[in-house]
Amino acid sequence: MEHLELFFKSIFIDNMVFATFLGMCSYLAISKKVSTSVGMGAAVIFVLCVTVPVNWLLDQYILQPGALGKWLGEDYSSYDLSFLSFIMFIATIATMVQLVEIIVEKFAPALYNSLGIFLPLIAVNCAILGGSLFMQSREIPTISLAAVYGLGSGIGWFLAILSIAAIREKIRYSNVPPALRGLGITFIITGLMAIGFMSFGGMLTGGDEEPKEASKTAGDVKIQDEVQKDVKKIADNHIKGIE
Amino acid sequence: MGLLSKKDAALIKDPLADNNPITIQVLGICSALAITAQLKASIVMTISVVFVLGLGNVVISLIRNIIPSKIRIIVQLTVVAALVIIVDQVLKAFSYQLSKELGAFIGLIITNCIIMGRFEAFALGNGPWKSFLDGIGNALGYGVLLIIVGFFRELLGSGTLLGYKVLGDPIGKTGLYAIGYENNGFMLLAPMALIVVGIIIWVQRSRNKALIEDH
Repeated sequence: MEHLELFFKSIFIDNMVFATFLGMCSYLAISKKVSTSVGMGAAVIFVLCVTVPVNWLLDQYILQPGALGKWLGEDYSSYDLSFLSFIMFIATIATMVQLVEIIVEKFAPALYNSLGIFLPLIAVNCAILGGSLFMQSREIPTISLAAVYGLGSGIGWFLAILSIAAIREKIRYSNVPPALRGLGITFIITGLMAIGFMSFGGMLTGGDEEPKEASKTAGDVKIQDEVQKDVKKIADNHIKGIE
Repeated sequence: MGLLSKKDAALIKDPLADNNPITIQVLGICSALAITAQLKASIVMTISVVFVLGLGNVVISLIRNIIPSKIRIIVQLTVVAALVIIVDQVLKAFSYQLSKELGAFIGLIITNCIIMGRFEAFALGNGPWKSFLDGIGNALGYGVLLIIVGFFRELLGSGTLLGYKVLGDPIGKTGLYAIGYENNGFMLLAPMALIVVGIIIWVQRSRNKALIEDH
């Protein structure tokens, strides 16, 4: 149950792109075609699935204050290596990415060619490092939960890039103001989609996420109503986009 | 700029406007959006990135001839990670509150695409002094956008700037609030950051037609 909850929470509520803006660079750069975005999304899911649990182990057994004491004996329990976490995490990620690159080159050369420079850049995709850092800061308790968190975040990112790619393929035929073409309109659409994704916030009633402002003023309620309307519209478009 | 030649000055000036890392090169968007709900966080982030990118560019430029190109990404990541750890530790020591607020986003400077982008595009092919200027220029270009977004989001969202109540007191109904002004809490939420950046791009490209993309 706990796993399922975290899974859906990391896909929809804490969506990498729409809630925390991680991996925006590749999200914007590779979302011009659905086919490439699917490949990129799959690579991100895989890398996140692998790196988050590995980094969880590193965090538990090496980096946390006193973690060395768990397996090296009492003498080492006074060490606090948490300042090393950035460098350890990024090293794990870079290695894993290299691995994915080799595998993709071997088994799917066409995909390898179409991803081009962006495959090595997964290493610097903030979504990957962000996954590990959030795993650390949210203090996820077990390794299986960490794996679920990685998988969920990856799928969330995949969903986001797939839908924006679908929308961008269609928007090529619409009459966008010249100055907004390309990047500008993509930003605004992403913003609208993010508003849509906010509506998932009410999906889990586990109660661990209290609304931030307990008392809402009249203005806020009005905004909420408008948001609800927009959200419905966007959700509809969203579904169309995915189809 | 008497100190700098024209070419060097251009290295700093271009990224501030027509070759802005965020709106034109599409680099480093993630942090630009996530931490701009407050002006103060934007400014701290700018300073951190100026430090990391300026020094990182110099280091990479100095060792550019001895890095084997196959493993350069790992080398670059190590350099950035070391610099970011310094920033993180300094912030923790001198401004613990802010460091808590920025949380994971300081760590995410490592994967800020601006940094890798500039290493790849500039520092690997140019000398240390030029790379330094390029780093500072791009980091400032990034910072300018961050500060603009942070300014509008904090002003319209919570009616404050750097924590000062510039529009009056919403509870005591003074200043603008006396005549019925309301804060737009929506500005503080994540999606508005995207829309604000979208609007900035719109304004910039309307003023400079050469930047318009054809889809």
